[in-house]
Amino acid sequence: MSLPTQLFDAVIIGGGGAGLRASLELAQSGLNVAVISKVFPTRSHTVSAQGGVNAALGNTDGSDDWRWHMYDTVMGSDFLGDQDAIEYMCKNAPETIYELEHMGLPFSRLDDGKIYQRAFGGQTRNYGGELVHRTCCAADRTGHAMLHTLYQKNLEAKAKFFNEWFAVDLVKTASGVAGVIAMSIETGEVVFLKSRATILATGGAGRIFQSTTNAHINTGDGFGMVLRAGLPLQDMEFWQFHPTGIYGAGTLITEGSRGEGGYLVNKDGERYMERYAPHLKDLSCRDVVSRSSMMEIREGRGCGPKGEYVLLKLDHLGADVINARLPGIRDLSMTFAGVDPLKDPIPVVPTCHYLMGGIPTNMHAQVLDHKNGQDSIVEGLYAAGECACVSVHGANRLGANSLLDIVVFGRAAGLHVQQSVREGLGYREPSLDEIDYAMTRLNRWNNNEKGESVEEIRSALQKIMQEDYGVFRTAEYMQKGFKKLEDLQKRLQYAAIKDKSRCFNTTRVEALELDNLMATAIATAYLANERTESRGAHARFDYPERDDQHWLKHSLYYQSGQIAFRPINMKPHEVKPIELQARDH
Amino acid sequence: MRFSIYRYNPETDKKPYMQDFDVDVVANGCTMVLDVLLYIKNHMDETLTLRRSCREGVCGSDGMNINGKNGLACVMHVAKLKEPVIIRPLPGLPVVRDLVVDMTQFYQQYEKVEPYLQNNQPVPAKERLQSPEERAKLDGLYECILCGCCSTACPSYWWNPDKFVGPAGLLQSYRFIADSRDTATNERLADLADPFSVFRCRGIMNCTDVCPKGLNPTKAINNIKDLMVKESV
Ligand SMILES: Cc1cc2nc3c(=O)[nH]c(=O)nc-3n(C[C@H](O)[C@H](O)[C@H](O)COP(=O)(O)OP(=O)(O)OC[C@H]3O[C@@H](n4cnc5c(N)ncnc54)[C@H](O)[C@@H]3O)c2cc1C
Ligand code: SF4
Ligand code: SF4
Ligand code: FES
Repeated sequence: MSLPTQLFDAVIIGGGGAGLRASLELAQSGLNVAVISKVFPTRSHTVSAQGGVNAALGNTDGSDDWRWHMYDTVMGSDFLGDQDAIEYMCKNAPETIYELEHMGLPFSRLDDGKIYQRAFGGQTRNYGGELVHRTCCAADRTGHAMLHTLYQKNLEAKAKFFNEWFAVDLVKTASGVAGVIAMSIETGEVVFLKSRATILATGGAGRIFQSTTNAHINTGDGFGMVLRAGLPLQDMEFWQFHPTGIYGAGTLITEGSRGEGGYLVNKDGERYMERYAPHLKDLSCRDVVSRSSMMEIREGRGCGPKGEYVLLKLDHLGADVINARLPGIRDLSMTFAGVDPLKDPIPVVPTCHYLMGGIPTNMHAQVLDHKNGQDSIVEGLYAAGECACVSVHGANRLGANSLLDIVVFGRAAGLHVQQSVREGLGYREPSLDEIDYAMTRLNRWNNNEKGESVEEIRSALQKIMQEDYGVFRTAEYMQKGFKKLEDLQKRLQYAAIKDKSRCFNTTRVEALELDNLMATAIATAYLANERTESRGAHARFDYPERDDQHWLKHSLYYQSGQIAFRPINMKPHEVKPIELQARDH
Repeated sequence: MRFSIYRYNPETDKKPYMQDFDVDVVANGCTMVLDVLLYIKNHMDETLTLRRSCREGVCGSDGMNINGKNGLACVMHVAKLKEPVIIRPLPGLPVVRDLVVDMTQFYQQYEKVEPYLQNNQPVPAKERLQSPEERAKLDGLYECILCGCCSTACPSYWWNPDKFVGPAGLLQSYRFIADSRDTATNERLADLADPFSVFRCRGIMNCTDVCPKGLNPTKAINNIKDLMVKESV
């Protein structure tokens, strides 16, 4: 099929923090760039980020060091993070934050006028010593402040936006990626956006779980696109469960609330984190806190009539701190839990929050394939942000390292694309068959007349993931879950939408998203079952220990069902490697 | 509970109409209006069309008119509403389909105020300093989520959507005027000095009354007017 085609130097799929940081770099350099986003950019999920963004500025404490930040990040990752990438991120963090400040981001301030920094989980001084204040914030609306600032600067730089356009699939040729097929949600018009470089910045996929802090739009579209293009996903078994999602609603209460001095209690009023992690207590890494909360609940020390949650206590902080530093949190808990934290504790449970895995890339955000034990670069394709796995978070992300990841590697992608275009990166010419292949599923949804609805399949999928792939995993449950998933995947091929309108057809969008949720869930299921150890957020009752001898490696999944492994990078460029050690809580 | 919802699909409907849906909100766990709308879409009529994303009042997708007042469906408690609940798109903007309006003009007014920090001084090696008091001036301004509830509740905006910047745009303009790091205050004020951009505001306060983030565009507009008066003296 021949489609209307538009030519760009670079097409960025995603208008969240990662996409907008990349597009800013490119638009300022004068290249012809387009940003596609399925929602108006400031409605992207980055807007929900609350607590802050890490950089070793030392503003609150007087001193800090990016090497300490790097150490914490490697430890937090349970050694699955790539040390060269972590080094790059932590070293570039201060400059990246100052850039955002110069762009106008309204950071909270200290009395001396510098950026205010708060405490967050897993952040220490001097390689595992005392807690440090490393998290720069704009009250508890840091993501909002960051996303709006980046969008505003993109307006100034005159980047071209395709707002409310949906990227359907990548167009891949033998030599690389030629661009993307995209559909206008408002009119149903379908276009081939052909580009020298395509940057995926499609964010996360928390909607594969029933209970999640993620927005409705976090459906893993980039993951589906990459798998269908025959490329691998990496470390998909590593999903972070945040300790403090509001019970019932799933909305997040930032870790910054514990950074400001809040703590968790069980039904006896006991501050149980002191028992599980005497050193960092409530500010231990998220995987540790979430598992501890789940143990309390399982062992009958949960709160509420069914003992299904624990309580986050903030009232002792006083009205001044809460109103100045956590105003959004107070709002959210009054709206969604009916609780005013000035007076009462907030009911919370571990809730799916973030995917550490994703599309494997190198430090320049170039997407990688892996054949016969060798990495190869996929020409013309980049990925940055939560959809990418570079990997700086390894098996467990530290709080406030994702907002950092998205701006550092969004920028890195922009810089590398500029350089590649200057050095002559051209276009790839797809055949009509290759374009048709990218149209397959859009045609399927348009043609299927009768079948199960999107909602039937989606809710069944979310239930399986919630029940069989949650905070604690075992082979028994996962295998049961896997059978159900495979069955559901077959049913999905026959599902249908009744609404065939071209005009703002959100049902068609949800159907296209469902394919991606399914692809993401299957990748997760394969790799979670495969990894017979516990590391970071992947915790198994049947394999409770970390097993460095067999599992100190990244896992890769292809749509064909093939599984492969890549080594972890333990060779930072400027500092000594951080040696393997047990994580001491 | 009965919900009466505005329906219009330009491909099939000659004109808009209201359609009633009865939803057992308790049995189906619908706390917010958005829960009800998604319940209808998922279980009763998949053609119902609306925007939504964060479901927690921070992305600004689901501004709509609920029982005569603009607000965000995702943070509007069903229990607090009178029956039948009447749900319409934001007023004054062209309807694309059902509850989805065309926000192009709203965004254009936003872009008109050059909503980005402008600073003509050399860039320092570290952050620009700003005292907590200076920073506090941005509170109540930077939190805007561009939901459009305010501008589409403003009679002056309905009459002159092309010339009157409207409360959301003016709030943003003042967000930069008030920022100690921005050096373009004079230019910003000069750009607004015509009879329409700011002066169409009649201080009716509808905007402030509906803002789901509790922001006060009227006050920001008055601050701009005050500065203009000071400048011209
Ligand atoms: C409630 C919450 C609070 C958080 N708080 C923090 C925090 O305090 N600190 C921190 O570091 N991290 C935090 N995180 C994590 C962090 O916010 C995210 O990981 C990060 O914002 C992701 O940014 P992104 O740019 O990669 O993706 P997103 O912001 O999710 O953007 C994805 C973009 O891709 C577009 N898109 C997706 N699919 C398609 C498609 N098919 N076609 C077209 N466009 C598409 C979307 O429209 C969107 O513009 C938080 C996360 C949550 C859920
Ligand atoms: S105060 Fe001004 S901007 Fe607000 S609704 Fe009234 S006329 Fe409109
Ligand atoms: S000022 Fe309030 S009502 Fe107006 S767009 Fe901003 S958040 Fe929405
Ligand atoms: S869905 Fe985001 S504001 Fe309501």
